[in-house]
Amino acid sequence: MIEGSHASSYAVELARVQVISAYPITPQTGVVEKLSEIVASKKLNARFIKVESEHSAMAACIGASAAGARAFTATSSQGLALMHELLHWAAGSRLPIVMVNVNRAMAPPWSIYADQTDSLSQRDTGWMQFYCESNQEVLDTVLQAYKIAESVYLPCMINLDAFFLSHTSEPVALPKQSLVDEFLPPYDPPFRLDPDNPHAFGGLVGPDGYMELRYKIHQAMEEARVKIKEVDDEYGEKFGRSYGGLVEGYETDDSEIVLATAGTAASTARIVVDDLRARGSPVGLLKIRAFRPFPVDEVRSLARHVKKIGVLDRNFSFGATGIFYQEIKAALYNAEHRPPVFGFVVGLGGRDITPAVIEELFDHLMKNNVPESESIWIGLKHKPA
Amino acid sequence: MSQKIFHIPEEEILTSGHFACPGCGGALAMRYALKALGRKTVLVIPACCWSIIDGPAPYSATGVPVYHTAFETAASAASGIKAGLQMRGDHETTVVAWAGDGGTFDIGFQALSGAAERNEDFIYICYDNEAYMNTGIQRSSATPFGAWTTTTPAETPKGERKKNIVEALAAHRIPYAATATVAFPDDFIEKLQKAKKIYGTKFIHVLAPCPPGWKSEPEDSIKLSRLAVESKIFPLYEVYGGETYRLTYEPAGISINEYFHLQGRFRHLTDEQLAEIQRQVDDDWERLLSKVTTGKKRPRTTLRRAQTESGAAGKKVVTT
Repeated sequence: MIEGSHASSYAVELARVQVISAYPITPQTGVVEKLSEIVASKKLNARFIKVESEHSAMAACIGASAAGARAFTATSSQGLALMHELLHWAAGSRLPIVMVNVNRAMAPPWSIYADQTDSLSQRDTGWMQFYCESNQEVLDTVLQAYKIAESVYLPCMINLDAFFLSHTSEPVALPKQSLVDEFLPPYDPPFRLDPDNPHAFGGLVGPDGYMELRYKIHQAMEEARVKIKEVDDEYGEKFGRSYGGLVEGYETDDSEIVLATAGTAASTARIVVDDLRARGSPVGLLKIRAFRPFPVDEVRSLARHVKKIGVLDRNFSFGATGIFYQEIKAALYNAEHRPPVFGFVVGLGGRDITPAVIEELFDHLMKNNVPESESIWIGLKHKPA
Repeated sequence: MSQKIFHIPEEEILTSGHFACPGCGGALAMRYALKALGRKTVLVIPACCWSIIDGPAPYSATGVPVYHTAFETAASAASGIKAGLQMRGDHETTVVAWAGDGGTFDIGFQALSGAAERNEDFIYICYDNEAYMNTGIQRSSATPFGAWTTTTPAETPKGERKKNIVEALAAHRIPYAATATVAFPDDFIEKLQKAKKIYGTKFIHVLAPCPPGWKSEPEDSIKLSRLAVESKIFPLYEVYGGETYRLTYEPAGISINEYFHLQGRFRHLTDEQLAEIQRQVDDDWERLLSKVTTGKKRPRTTLRRAQTESGAAGKKVVTT
């Protein structure tokens, strides 16, 4: 029985990470505390740099990765926001850094509870992003992430909900180190800081060269679509667990109404789907596992045969809408089949998403053919006058 | 006084064709630093003049690996690079953070303080041209009292005194901190070669004249660098372990006016202001002198060894 934060730590140990640099922030602290124990006991041969801020944590990861070492960090909300500049830097540098982010609400007001706006605000930085619904998935995804990242040379962020996963114990199977070693060989980049082969990294590039470098990042993300599926399948064969690649369709093959969401809400939604189906409602769940690259093909494929799509966003982009909602609509705009898409805003700041809440969403979907507004806020105690 | 013969390595590691302005103190500093440290060096360069001086992609003038990094991150990126190299089994390559005053005194200070507190094993060299020169001569906390910059125009020149960065770092008890400048290449090179042998955070503060920023003649850069030392504005000294101070040059003690009159950035100063500055310089000098170790006592230094994470294993402490 392992809590989500510790599942991350054990994954880092199994991945034989070489340099960890991290700064504590609730509710990520379990990750770094367990890692400190693991490193101190020499179960993992690594340097753990106890940096003085998250900005420095990412800078040190960038340095370590540029020097050719496998690097890791973990953070949450304010810490992730502080790293923002360097998230761009890591992707632009094409460094396969893996980071665990515990999805926590952005302040003010202070909130340490589950909310995905922190990571979704970073969607344009060039990082791959995964959203996990169980501690097992966290561990497995960290291991997969290194393999994917070290193949396409893009950094990867793995997200888990604050407290619902970070501080909740679930049964987690720890793979054998020897099997992980077979799955994930040592990191050996084609370019690194090496006095025997001196290069400058990141020097000035004018308008005549920058765009091509950006295009290469775009290509790497596109390559990641294929790689994510490939690695997930390989992981499934080797370790007996896989997660569908970019998305998992749960009971979607013959459903008319599908709810799309990411994180622990997906886990709760499965129960509601089972329950409603038993009562004759043709519903399903699209669990979005990878947000970057965004699963456009998978969403379009689903849209071909469903009548309505609801999106559960545990996040919001002010001046617009929930973020998964935006991205799903955008994916469908140029598609042939465009069922109505409803955007629900739920569970911000850790407000509990119970089966009853999810049932309310399905109920709304069944009763309405057209969304009444671009963001339907669920469970507000009162709407201000 | 015995005569010391000092050899400056002949090999040029910095190549010509770099982008520095004529008379750039920072370019000369890099040339000497690379001679002192050799090719088994990695440079970490945050946003500063040297981000441009090294040359645009695909060129690089320094001849050693260079990692360009974000403005605040010279010391944090250097910490990571050192860790990465160590984990790959490379305990020989010298990691050098090479930053301007902006990226050291101001925006980079947190990362530097953090790295110094952890005693990360690298040499941090701040080439100080006393303002944000790369972005067009805006003031930094390294800008001296009374100086003109674009953000401290002549009507309101800099009203704050220059931050004493060496003192700030000495307070972290790092094994070695020193000042240096380009008019004294042997002193600078000797300090770097000493630093290379020490494990932990080493900080060298190098005064680097900047003709466009100081409104001085390019051909005066070395002279200005010498005058800064001789006028006691920029004493040459070392601090071991944050507590043992050693002067490495006895200045002549000339008036600051000789140094100031070659720089347009001080042209607007009145006689009263100049007298005030002279008083500050004299006070600072007395304060420094009071800390300098006299007599035979020499500082303890910690030589380099292959290091574990804590740095404790295999460390040999030597009293020289």
